[in-house]
Amino acid sequence: MNRSPYITNAPTVSIIMLKVLLALIPGIFAYVWIYGGGILVTLSLATLTALVSEAALLKLRQRPIRPYLSDLSAVVTAWLLALALPPLAPWWLVVVGTLFAIVIAKQLYGGLGYNPFNPAMVGYAALLISFPIIMTKWPAPLLLAQTKLGFMDQLQFIFSNSLPANVKIDAVTSATPLDYLKTQLMLKHEVHGITQAPIFGHWGAKGGELVTAAYLLGGLYLLQQRIISWHLPTAFLGALAAMSLAFYTLDPAHFANPLFHLMSGASMLCAFFIITDPISGPTTPRGKLYFAAGVGILTYLIRVYGGYPDGVAFAVLLMNMCVPLIDAHTQPRVFGHIKN
Amino acid sequence: MNSIIQFASKLIRGQAAGTDAVHKFHGGVHPDGQKQQSTSAPIRKLAIPEKLILPLRQHVGYIPKIKVQVGERVLKGQMLAEAEGTLSAAIHAPTSGTVTAIGEEIIPHPSGLPDMCITLAPDGLDEWTALHPVDWRNTDKKTLVANLRSSGIVGLGGATFPTHIKVRADGRTGIHTLVINAAECEPYITCDDMLMRERADEIVKGMEIVKFLLGAENCIVGIEDNKPEATSAMTEACKALPGTSVKVVPTLYPSGDARRLIHLVLGMEIPHDKRSTDVGVQVFNVATVLAIYRYFAYGEPAVDRIVTITGSVNSPQNFEVLFGTPLQALIDAADGTKPGTTHFIMGGPMMGFDLPTIDVPITKAANCIIAATPDLFAPPPPAMPCIRCARCADACPVNLQPQELYWFSKSDNFEKARDYNLFDCIECGCCTYVCPSNIPLVQYYRYAKSEIIAADKAKEAADLARERNEFRLARIEREKMERAQKHAERAAAGKAESAKTADAVKSDGVKAEATKTEEAQAAPAKPATETPVAATNADDAKKAAIAAAIERAKALKAASQSGESQKKPATADTADNSTPAQAAPSQATEQAEAGQTKVDQASAEQAKKDKQALIAAAIERAKAQKLAAAQAGIAPKNVENTSPFVKAEISEIDAIREKARQAVKAQDSDPEA
Repeated sequence: MNRSPYITNAPTVSIIMLKVLLALIPGIFAYVWIYGGGILVTLSLATLTALVSEAALLKLRQRPIRPYLSDLSAVVTAWLLALALPPLAPWWLVVVGTLFAIVIAKQLYGGLGYNPFNPAMVGYAALLISFPIIMTKWPAPLLLAQTKLGFMDQLQFIFSNSLPANVKIDAVTSATPLDYLKTQLMLKHEVHGITQAPIFGHWGAKGGELVTAAYLLGGLYLLQQRIISWHLPTAFLGALAAMSLAFYTLDPAHFANPLFHLMSGASMLCAFFIITDPISGPTTPRGKLYFAAGVGILTYLIRVYGGYPDGVAFAVLLMNMCVPLIDAHTQPRVFGHIKN
Repeated sequence: MNSIIQFASKLIRGQAAGTDAVHKFHGGVHPDGQKQQSTSAPIRKLAIPEKLILPLRQHVGYIPKIKVQVGERVLKGQMLAEAEGTLSAAIHAPTSGTVTAIGEEIIPHPSGLPDMCITLAPDGLDEWTALHPVDWRNTDKKTLVANLRSSGIVGLGGATFPTHIKVRADGRTGIHTLVINAAECEPYITCDDMLMRERADEIVKGMEIVKFLLGAENCIVGIEDNKPEATSAMTEACKALPGTSVKVVPTLYPSGDARRLIHLVLGMEIPHDKRSTDVGVQVFNVATVLAIYRYFAYGEPAVDRIVTITGSVNSPQNFEVLFGTPLQALIDAADGTKPGTTHFIMGGPMMGFDLPTIDVPITKAANCIIAATPDLFAPPPPAMPCIRCARCADACPVNLQPQELYWFSKSDNFEKARDYNLFDCIECGCCTYVCPSNIPLVQYYRYAKSEIIAADKAKEAADLARERNEFRLARIEREKMERAQKHAERAAAGKAESAKTADAVKSDGVKAEATKTEEAQAAPAKPATETPVAATNADDAKKAAIAAAIERAKALKAASQSGESQKKPATADTADNSTPAQAAPSQATEQAEAGQTKVDQASAEQAKKDKQALIAAAIERAKAQKLAAAQAGIAPKNVENTSPFVKAEISEIDAIREKARQAVKAQDSDPEA
């Protein structure tokens, strides 16, 4: 039998996923620094839930457990979901979201390689629709909070939803800048005045923009390692910037500047870690550009006109639906197929 | 942003302006070369082994015809088997000796199946047969090409396409550029590299001959930049031949693929449905060119080649090996295998294949033998699901979407696979090389291709059967109509002439018309107004039948002008015994038979005249049929004894088959080095 080639030189799926996890580390560090160690609990909880549920489902589906668990794809999903959740999300929210992502969005569709939708975003969207209040209640960055919660306090809050005796919930939470901007604009305030609020930093959210910058750093590492292609982040950030620039230029009083949009919410996480999920994304170079630009445009529209402060999850899911169509219509020209 | 634009324009300008610019192709991979092991020692001539096994099938195309018998003594260079058909190559005795067997032996082929081989016991004298060098500069090109046909030379790069076909000097295509494939992009293989280092002058002399044969003005040698010694040797040697240049191309697998190499050195993209010769480029491998030189300069046919033996052997190097040499002799010459050797690979690690056993001979295709160990070529880990990372698409030198092709092949969605240009895949293995999920992608494509080809063949056969059946049904229907019509006419005529006696002039036994019983019926009261019923099948047959009918009608008219009776011929094909219509004799035939028994009441003179006219008509008809058959491109085979309808059917089927053959040929015989 002809079984050539005999040699290969490719990073395994595990290595690729490991590098994605590595690229998230700077973001996690920044996160801990800004919001406290509670995120580590959330991450661990999500990882554990993901691995256990993946193993259980693999067993139910009579698939080998070890190779599929060691590919680390479940861990990547867990981390991305955990990082997208509010930092002090209650434990059950993390568990429910991860279960939804792994069981429904991934394994029930056939496991690794077969899920048409980004599992982390499916989990996130399910939680956002089911528990909108909890999902939009973010803790204030430590440097802004009137009362700083220690790690043990955060742990207690995550698992029992109780705060130290003298602390009120309003003292530790605040709206995110995207949320705040949206509500204030509805109250007929103007952007310039709104962004004078203490929650705004140089470009995006005070503190939050640091986390965003750390994601960007991790993303550049993935680009350098050729784990992701330049098409996706470039087109996504380009489209988001172009949309916000157009609106901002027309009416700076009611639309935030492009830099704010790039550095707020889940923009960078989305650009380098979420839309770069190969399984639920397109494969052709041109398709990647269209897909990512679509996510960028939809993200902006949902942020500005939609019912939710950030639009990344829905934008990604909507564009996931278009992937087969995009792939079919962006086939590159095959060598020797010369058009006249 | 400005700097990006500047950078881009610089890139574009650089490619357009520089004549030495290399035009990179999409994708490609950088496997570890592993060439240094086998390039430290010069090429060694391998001693004549104890026996030589020469498979008849060492090239692409038809197997040659054996010209020797068991027990016959043959001389070195003597033709053992002669090229048969256009696409074929001769086999020569690699040394003098005795033919000891002609029979099936295991050949170096992925299937591991035995095939016809000539076995030779060398006598050790190595005695040459009479050699006939050719003064090619003063010889007609047609003669040269005809000579080349008996040289046994095939593409030595591994494709083994008979060389004489590639230099056919029929003036059909104007070749302007000869590209010499010296890329040798596969890891481990160094036979071309060593050949260029040591015999560059002879290679260039061969290039001169091929250039002359092709009528090419330019000649470009494409060498990968990992062969500096070969490059300098070739650059030096090429000075002797004006219009020749050496172009160094980056080391990037698969730059040695003919279409990739043409793109690299010329910037030309050969259309997928055309050959390079259609755009004036022909590609030859260095070793092939050298073989051509030796054939014309010394009269030596193809009897040996350079083979790299490497991998897990003690002395990896290149040998000049006689065709038919058992692999074991080559391994022994390389001081045996290292411990842990499990099997042998023929070709490179990207496109080669496992040899089924060690008992196979070295053939014209054997450029490299690699002794394999699990350390060198680890068995791939179990395949994981495709994660659509599209690394394969980035690596594909044809710019296909391997992940889509994999999906379609795996789900047996062959139509889709074909739509996504599966047949443009060159099976180079780049996709498998970069797949993080360890999916054996190329195997899936090989599987899908073979399934599609098999399905196409089955469909072709089914179509043929269906068409035959349609012909048959149409003929039965038509014959039924004819009989009914004849019956009605006869009944009418019978009524009108109840008083008169019907004249039946019967003619038969015409030489060219043995197939048909011609029934000429006398119908004095009713002049013939109808033209004979013609075959309604294949165009040519139809034309033939019509022409024949007109001729016949004319002849009959001429004949009948002198007499009072007019003849009305009818084409009832009574000779086709295979038709059910014949099995169930109808009223019409019964009547015809009855007519035959009737006494001919016309005068003897008149009958004679009629007969002459009929003979003339029959001859005319036969001529017309022959002409039509010639036009249809079918030789008048053993079809004389059949009716025109069957003939038409056969000609139609022949045409379909010929078309299918052409299609298959076009697919199989891509003359790339």
